[in-house]
Amino acid sequence: MGGISVHPLETQENRDMEDFIQYTVQGLSAGGFYALAALGLAVIFGALGVVNFAHGACYMLGAVGAAVLLGTFNINFWAALVIIPLLMFGFGVLIERLLIQWLLRLDILYNFLLTFGLALLLVDLVKREYGVSGLPYEVPPGLEGLVTIGSVSIQKYQLFVFAFSVVICLAVWLLLTRTRVGMIVRAATEEPERTRALGINVGRWVTPIFGFGIALAGLAGVLAAPFRAITASMGSNFIIVLFAIVVIGGLGSILGAVVAGFLVGLVEAYGQAYAPSFSQLVIFILMAIVILVRPAGLFGRRQEAV
Amino acid sequence: MSETVLESPKETRYLLDPAARRSRMIRRTVLLAVGLIATFLLPWMIYPPVAMDIAAWALFAISVDLLLGYTGLLSFGHAAFWGSSAYVTGLIAIKSGLPFPVAILGGMLAAMIIAVPIGWLSVRRAGIYFAMVTLAFAQMIYFVANQWKDVTGGENGLQGVPSNFFGIKLVESDSFYFYYVAVLLIILGAWAAWRIVHSPFGRVLQSIRDNPARARALGYDVEKYKLAAFVLSAGLAGLAGGVFAISHGFVSLQELDWTTSGKVVLMTVIGGMGTLWGGPVGAALIVLLEDALATSGFDGIGIITGSIFIVVVLLFRRGIWGTATLLIEKARKAIVSRKRS
Repeated sequence: MGGISVHPLETQENRDMEDFIQYTVQGLSAGGFYALAALGLAVIFGALGVVNFAHGACYMLGAVGAAVLLGTFNINFWAALVIIPLLMFGFGVLIERLLIQWLLRLDILYNFLLTFGLALLLVDLVKREYGVSGLPYEVPPGLEGLVTIGSVSIQKYQLFVFAFSVVICLAVWLLLTRTRVGMIVRAATEEPERTRALGINVGRWVTPIFGFGIALAGLAGVLAAPFRAITASMGSNFIIVLFAIVVIGGLGSILGAVVAGFLVGLVEAYGQAYAPSFSQLVIFILMAIVILVRPAGLFGRRQEAV
Repeated sequence: MSETVLESPKETRYLLDPAARRSRMIRRTVLLAVGLIATFLLPWMIYPPVAMDIAAWALFAISVDLLLGYTGLLSFGHAAFWGSSAYVTGLIAIKSGLPFPVAILGGMLAAMIIAVPIGWLSVRRAGIYFAMVTLAFAQMIYFVANQWKDVTGGENGLQGVPSNFFGIKLVESDSFYFYYVAVLLIILGAWAAWRIVHSPFGRVLQSIRDNPARARALGYDVEKYKLAAFVLSAGLAGLAGGVFAISHGFVSLQELDWTTSGKVVLMTVIGGMGTLWGGPVGAALIVLLEDALATSGFDGIGIITGSIFIVVVLLFRRGIWGTATLLIEKARKAIVSRKRS
């Protein structure tokens, strides 16, 4: 005790700094879920022109799926991290073939409404099947507890989520910018007619891209499973924040989705720490400012604003 | 001149042909009569509070249709106006004990005031962005109500909202008689919506829906018109929300939740957007369905409503009312052409 009380002010400052670093890591890990899911939303919007209202429900399905895999089949977190995105990919392909594709030529609002109906359906189906109380899930072995860097203690799992989501975002980025597949997807997004004229079957890419976007939402759900309450309605608030994120980042922009995802994660974490009653409000105030100052979003192109 | 340019071809037909105008007059009168009779018979056929719910949701759906069907703006945040009016109405009724129509008027004004900044920001974005932005702002209102526990009661909501009505006990305590007083407010709101849609102002809104660039080129300040439509629509939603609050005697956070915004969009689309009559039809269907499912103990309403919604959006985008009028029109044409031959 005596040693610490010699420099009380400095210790207090250090502690504030440590807290700040902890909140930052917390925000970056929450931002990881947001970035992954928003990336999926952006990819789907880019390629299909569909704003997927069921994205929050897909995130929820990812988390519930991970819990069911563990609870019923005793399949652990690491396997779920691979299995769930694959299942969600299949689910996305199915949804696109059965429902989405019929409305692609119509006003964008119709698919928005359709996926809203789908979200209602999915949430209540899960609610009926698994009830309203949370499903249990634990932090996977090896990632529990804290890791101490210098004098700061940080939850291992939060660091993992941050690192993992950055890696996935980078991988998607490289896939889209450095490969032939990515080139086709971007071309099909920006100028579908000309891409078709160049002899590329654009329609063939639409379904897998939708599946891919849904898989990203599912992946975000699996990552969230160990430290969020797994309930049928966990996606309901998530989707609203996702919408705010894509408005902030610029709906067509992939980079915008990722950057705004992490940004909103940080804003939320600092808000919870320093102004608990306003934590959720801050996100929407941020959104209002972006609409006023840069209507197309931070990374959006002007023509996409209308 | 510019007025006639904005008229759609259908309108010019009525303008030039007195016979068509007369038949439209008859059609509208018959519809109005049927609508009014149905409104007045409703509490005889079903439990009066459920009838009141249908009426309130019907006006709420009309307010959404004013934007979606006539201005081309999908608001996914209308719960903000329905809910904030419900809270303000409830607070006025509890604190002052004024007659309930006065409290509802206060709630309606509050909803319109809130709609000014939200609308001002939201109309800067069109289409899908408008939907997402209104959704997010409505969520903001939800969080404010959730945090401001001293006033809104937070999770508990407002309890014991009185329905004072000049000391007339029959109206105050019997939901059957209450319906007949409150439904007048709803009819007034629906009439206002009809007036707005069929006024020169409403024509400008429809021209903005069909071709914003042309409306702008003709010298109309598109953003200003959209904002005006948004605030008027919020007022109607507020009127409906106020009636709902008084009728239930309590206000909960549910009224501000985005699922409430979603539900009213669902009603409008299922009923048929751009028809005004569609909203009430959709509202009646969904409220009765929810009531029936709740009494039967089925706890997955979203499974049914979500599926209906998906089918309507996929196959019957005109909604119930729109599909019905289309079928009647087709049948009429078939009969006319058969007579000619």
